[in-house]
Amino acid sequence: MTVTVIIRKDTYRDSVILMRLSNKVTELDGVLQAGVVMGTPTNKNFLNALNLLTEDARKASPNDLVIALDTQDEKSMAHALSEVDRLLTNRVSKDKNKIVPKTLDSALRNMRDANLVIISVPGVYAKREASKALRKGLNVFIFSSNVSLEDELELKQLALEKGLLVMGPDCGTAIINNIVLGFGNVVNQGNIGIVAAAGTGLQQVSTLIHNEGFGISQAIGIGGNDLSKTVGGIMMIEGIKRLEQDDETKVIVLISKPPNQEISEKVLKIARQSSKPVIVNFLGGDIENQGYTAAKTLEDAATTACALVQGKQVIKNIFTASREEILSIARSEWDRLVANQNFVRGLYTGGTLSYETLILITPLLGEIFSNSPLKPHLMLEDSTLSKNHTCVDMGAEEFVIGRPHPMIDYTLRNQRIIKEGNDPETAVILLDVVLGYGSHDNPAAELISPIQEVKAYAERNGRYLSVMASIVGTSLDHQEFDKQYKLLEDVGVIIMPSNAQAARLAALIATRGAIQDKLFEEVF
Amino acid sequence: MTEKEKLFSKELKVINIGIEMFADDLEKQNVDVIHVNWRPPAGGDLDILKFLEKLEGS
Repeated sequence: MTVTVIIRKDTYRDSVILMRLSNKVTELDGVLQAGVVMGTPTNKNFLNALNLLTEDARKASPNDLVIALDTQDEKSMAHALSEVDRLLTNRVSKDKNKIVPKTLDSALRNMRDANLVIISVPGVYAKREASKALRKGLNVFIFSSNVSLEDELELKQLALEKGLLVMGPDCGTAIINNIVLGFGNVVNQGNIGIVAAAGTGLQQVSTLIHNEGFGISQAIGIGGNDLSKTVGGIMMIEGIKRLEQDDETKVIVLISKPPNQEISEKVLKIARQSSKPVIVNFLGGDIENQGYTAAKTLEDAATTACALVQGKQVIKNIFTASREEILSIARSEWDRLVANQNFVRGLYTGGTLSYETLILITPLLGEIFSNSPLKPHLMLEDSTLSKNHTCVDMGAEEFVIGRPHPMIDYTLRNQRIIKEGNDPETAVILLDVVLGYGSHDNPAAELISPIQEVKAYAERNGRYLSVMASIVGTSLDHQEFDKQYKLLEDVGVIIMPSNAQAARLAALIATRGAIQDKLFEEVF
Repeated sequence: MTEKEKLFSKELKVINIGIEMFADDLEKQNVDVIHVNWRPPAGGDLDILKFLEKLEGS
């Protein structure tokens, strides 16, 4: 075993580049552990966990690049180090003719008509960059998380003064003028406008609208904390006003996890005053149809928007297929389960989708454990260990320290699929597969092997394992919806048109149809 | 509404600070984008950063 730690002073690379690089180096022959990170306190903890935090690494600053490797022997070390060098150099020399300024000011000198700044620096630096951009009269999209609510409020107030938008902090996606910012899907341009405080919520609604043959005028992400008491829904209100004024937008959809009650009322008051139809999906929020249309699920929000944009009456369905068809699919699955296979195990890359599942299947199955539960007593003691019915958000902080988001890197979720599949009490594994910019280039191909493995293991042990998924994506995404669908279908995954339908079907199978009356009589 | 505010009616012109992948994805969509070779200010010293923020009034 050989450990080498090299510090490159004043050498900055962004986290996505470094995580991808670390992954590539870890896969090399003879490499036991690899951490190529900036010297931030969080990264030092990560190196410590890998037993790679040497005295030199401890002294590194956030501006210093730390290359920490543990290899079987010196030959492997030499090879790994040369690979690190090669990968780092590749990035820098990608396009020598391109202008790469070092500050916002110098970038602006090269692009005087810039109108948007995307900020994804570590959270502690994000406010400074965002306020500089706002003061220069630029709209901002802040992907960075870990910005305090007070700083968020200050930035959003400044934006209002200047007549600008602040999308975020912690904003995963937006679609402005048919351009996808951050993680998001390629969708048709159309007449439905969205304001969303939930990233994968926006992705689910925009893709379902596209897949129904309609399109998006603008989709404004505002960050998950906009509807907190501190921030006061500033950007959701501003977003509604912008869409109200936008000629292309005929219908407005609002998406959020349950907001602060007082702020919810404030936002809904504005929604009621809109001259355009407004659909509200505050997941788990108890709101009535009062001058706007309340949607229970993300899919419900999308189908309602599609109906209203055509001036048609809204028809709400629990499933796209008929009750008979659904029961037939479900029965052919539950017939093969053995007696003690009773539990649904949801393994999600999208936080909003995981939350939506909790909302939908708790009334059907009872208590669902989670790392982001509906009630505090349902919090998993250890996020890596499921208990009874469990739904895990694998994009949560504890899973992404030192590694890319599970939409990019499938390693952790694949390991978890095997763990859940090998548990004799698991009846159904429930998954989301998110396509689009930022996500893995071929997610279904990543999933095939662990799914085949668990299905075969179950069979060898006299059981059957049901695997259910929904794909958040469109035919325009580079991963190609149909290709992903086929790959999963071929390994026996049941694919439903939306997360809501996948979650409901999973509950139906796990209970062997016992909940069917309750399920099909669900009132929207 | 000033020129810069009319975001919905204008072509997007983007400055990207941070993760380079976001600039690459915008280029794939034929968006005019400049990536900033950002690094932590003040050598990453948070005390100096706070002082800078005060000076700048941010």
